[in-house]
Amino acid sequence: MISIARLTTVELRKMADTRSGRWLLATAGLISAAIVLIILLAGEPGDLALAGLFAPTLWPLSIFLPILGVLSVTSEWTQRTALTTFALVPERHRVATAKVLAALLLALLAAAVSLAFAAAGNLIGLLAADGDGSWRLTAADLGKGVLFLLVTMMIGVAFGMLLMNSAAAIVLVLVLPVVWSILTELVRAIRTVAEWLDISVTSGLLIDAEVTMGGQDWAKLGTSVAMWVLLPAGAGLARLLRREVA
Amino acid sequence: MIEVQNLTKRYGRVLAVDGVSFRCEPGTVTGFLGPNGAGKSTTLRMICGLTPATAGTATIDGAPYRRLPNPGRTVGVLLDASAQHPGRTGRETLLLSAQLMGVPRARVGELLELVGLGAAAGRRRVRGYSLGMRQRLGLAHALLGDPRVLVLDEPANGLDPEGIFWMRGVLRDFADRGGTVLLSSHLLREVEAVADRLVVIGQGRVVAAGGKDLLLARSGTRVRGLEPEVLQRALATAGVQFSRTTDGALLASADPETVGRAAAAAGAVLLELRPAGDGGLEQLFLSLTAGGPPAPSASPLASPSAPPPPAPPLTSPSTPPPPASPLTSPSAPAPSAPPVSPSTPPPVPPVPPSAAESAKEGQPA
Repeated sequence: MISIARLTTVELRKMADTRSGRWLLATAGLISAAIVLIILLAGEPGDLALAGLFAPTLWPLSIFLPILGVLSVTSEWTQRTALTTFALVPERHRVATAKVLAALLLALLAAAVSLAFAAAGNLIGLLAADGDGSWRLTAADLGKGVLFLLVTMMIGVAFGMLLMNSAAAIVLVLVLPVVWSILTELVRAIRTVAEWLDISVTSGLLIDAEVTMGGQDWAKLGTSVAMWVLLPAGAGLARLLRREVA
Repeated sequence: MIEVQNLTKRYGRVLAVDGVSFRCEPGTVTGFLGPNGAGKSTTLRMICGLTPATAGTATIDGAPYRRLPNPGRTVGVLLDASAQHPGRTGRETLLLSAQLMGVPRARVGELLELVGLGAAAGRRRVRGYSLGMRQRLGLAHALLGDPRVLVLDEPANGLDPEGIFWMRGVLRDFADRGGTVLLSSHLLREVEAVADRLVVIGQGRVVAAGGKDLLLARSGTRVRGLEPEVLQRALATAGVQFSRTTDGALLASADPETVGRAAAAAGAVLLELRPAGDGGLEQLFLSLTAGGPPAPSASPLASPSAPPPPAPPLTSPSTPPPPASPLTSPSAPAPSAPPVSPSTPPPVPPVPPSAAESAKEGQPA
């Protein structure tokens, strides 16, 4: 049996071995660099610290990574490479596992790249822009930042698994949380429920420096992740195991 | 070795594959023949575990495909050459699978050479490949894991005559070294040259199976009478099943002696009586391609220029049984099985000239 490690390596390779894949990855890196640069040029000297440079790079990545997550799954269907993939690995759940692992590794890589850009920006700020220059970044803050990226990446993977169609999955991943937020603003009756299920709010707390997350915040995060990640991924996996690959 | 037993696939009310059974032995090339929509691709996908079977089993060297630890090292599969990522280079497509299967990288270059895609073509993206080049890449991909078995769906599609000739050589060589090859086609001539065995499928069911030489030799008797109606009545009375060929002769599913005696008993004057040769298989094949049973509107007397009868859906289980030919006596005994398939064949429907004609026109030269 082919090891999960090898399957995951191959899945990572698939994300980067096409021109479009490479452009998407490069764009993700460029976005982080651009955010750091903007803060360097326009920010207050007090913002120019490692933590202050790192956190803002995560927001744009949270829009970009889900798209990568969607495509890592759906391109198999839109390009019909699933025919080859599942002929070589008939245990479909193992392919799904490898795709999830590859996406998580990619999110970690994105966090590392963001951190590197933030560190470089901090150094430049220290030397050239009279910045605060503090290197202080607590393990908790770093961990929450990384978790934020992992969660957003997984939303993309889960919707890709559920819909198996690039366009539909990307649109839904980007639009559905916004629609949900608007809906809860409009409809008073569901607001309490919505607090527990609004993933953009519950995960947003992870990178909000002003907020210390309490037990209930974590519970809400867990609940919304269950709805936006576990539910679609589980339904998608069930569909994948039964469906015909053609 | 591939063993398929009673493989069945139902889509809603449509029975796409209906109890298909056959075996492919090591050292042989098996041609899997049938018109478009007969259920060939569905059967091959079921063998490869990509389409869940409604019933029946398929095993490769005794194990279901999904139980193979690293399938690419046992079975080379090419189901659709156009299902390649257009943004990958040909070489990367192979490298990716080589890494997955644990095949040395050096093998990729060898295979690109073998299938006639040199280093330069390998560096190009698949987007720019012709269908013929994609077939070559697909065959290289199937051979990549050094398998013992090959399953290929319409591998000659898009290849030029030189490419088809080349591919026959590759497949023949693979089988001669002890490999098992199963390849599908909708063109009889295409597989005739390379296959040892043939499995013919129509409307989801195996209608003929066996050694190619046997099938081609024992495919009935060609008979032509001075008065076609008299001869047809004679054959129907004797319980010999027949179909009409395009030139007014009949193709009877019996040996020449039986046909001759039937004609003599009815006093029919014969102009021609001989073993049909491969025309029998071709006739069977054409009758399948023409859309199965002729529609009632298409009388055998219809002019050849009349439009072909509307073809009923090939895979529909609700397709009515072939209507009795207007010239067949209703009191005739049940039609005997055509000799091409001694097992359990459905009757070969008589083909009206118009349908046969149009089917023939549909065949590429």
